Amino acid sequence: MVPFAGYAMPVQYPAGILTEHLHTRDAAGLFDVSHMGQAELVGDGAAAALEKLTPADVQGLKPGRQRYGVLMTESGGILDDFMVANRGDRLFLVLNASRKHLDIPAIEAVLPAGVTLRPLPDRALLALQGPGAVPALATLAPGIAAMKFMDFAEHALAGIPCLVSRSGYTGEDGVEISVPAEQAEALARALLALPGVKPAGLGARDSLRLEAGLCLYGNDLDETTSPVEANLVWTMGKRRRMAWDFRGAERCRAELDGGPARLRVGIQPEGRQPARGHTLVQQDGAVIGEITSGGFGPSVNAPIAMGYVARGAAADGTALDLMVRGKALPARTCPLPFTPHRYAR
Amino acid sequence: MAELRFTKDHEWVRLEGDVATVGITDHAQNALGDVVFVDLPEPGREVAEAEACAVVESVKAASDVYAPVAGRVVEANAALGENPALINTDPTGEGWFFRLAGVDAAAVEALMDEAAYAAFVDSLA
Repeated sequence: MVPFAGYAMPVQYPAGILTEHLHTRDAAGLFDVSHMGQAELVGDGAAAALEKLTPADVQGLKPGRQRYGVLMTESGGILDDFMVANRGDRLFLVLNASRKHLDIPAIEAVLPAGVTLRPLPDRALLALQGPGAVPALATLAPGIAAMKFMDFAEHALAGIPCLVSRSGYTGEDGVEISVPAEQAEALARALLALPGVKPAGLGARDSLRLEAGLCLYGNDLDETTSPVEANLVWTMGKRRRMAWDFRGAERCRAELDGGPARLRVGIQPEGRQPARGHTLVQQDGAVIGEITSGGFGPSVNAPIAMGYVARGAAADGTALDLMVRGKALPARTCPLPFTPHRYAR
Repeated sequence: MAELRFTKDHEWVRLEGDVATVGITDHAQNALGDVVFVDLPEPGREVAEAEACAVVESVKAASDVYAPVAGRVVEANAALGENPALINTDPTGEGWFFRLAGVDAAAVEALMDEAAYAAFVDSLA
């Protein structure tokens, strides 16, 4: 157990990170991600209000659907990344644990009269991920098998009312389940009793999301990075890129027109030696970037990383040097993800 | 086989003649988790006591390995390049890191014995 953002978090269970990671890709891993912030936004005009802070198309999100997006700073940096679901009469948000204390006042500051943000600190969040996740879960709630990637619906699981989204942070098919905190342990025990389901910790969650090319706020995204630099232009709605009516739009527009100074890329070190976050990236002896997440990919069975490099070095296959303990470790930029996504599209 | 001596940085040493074999303890490999890479010192390198001279990388993190005593590196365990998991499966046997020659036997003797190291590990819990 380690402290993180005020929570005691399991890095690994007795099986260990490697085994938990491989089991999740092979069958199903259960993650306790209750540290994530949950909130709902209620009232007429909630979607339009949220769009002041995010370039995501929230007004175009259909009921029963969920979308990934970023919240922006005034200067065009990323305040946080988040999930938003349309529940019909309200929006449901999932925020980062380490950022929710900033997100909540930022959202409240843009709300018109009649729209209310309600933090939901009494809800836990469990993620069941892997190719075996939905088949196992469908034995408790057959309707989940009919959901597509990024669908969002209420389901009763083991008699417990839950909010289920077919999404996750591993690149695998699976679900995230919001549950009243007092019933979270009962639900977790019911899920762990399903065939093929084993517990997995934060360590495996990190190696799975890195192989899947997914960003971790605080590592790969922060207030200095823009969505254009972070290669998250796909999260910006088409309508939003016509109107440019969101916080920080000027910088995004300028970077889309003229090209950003740096870009987030995948980085594949040669050989077996991992390069961790904060490793400097050089080309011809000059520093041109930095690794933001790096480690060993158990499914790839090789070291993997992502980071920011100068735009001129961002093309796939560009040769780089990673400065690990004073020595240049050869590497190349590469496409993300390292492990193909297997979502239920 | 000579008995093992231990450091507070969780290395073990086995002295045979004036050659010391060095590795990391079972407690250390357990804390690190699955080892995926080791960076070992080149033979011929002179190392001082407590000098960082190897790196062990697990899925979780990178950690330095320190020379328990001064000496000259005469051999690094080539088998770890192919199979670093030997450190997890046999930390005090096949999973050894490197060998030092010209080692002062009294310096090895001054390290913790098995009982003292076990008490030290218990004191960390």
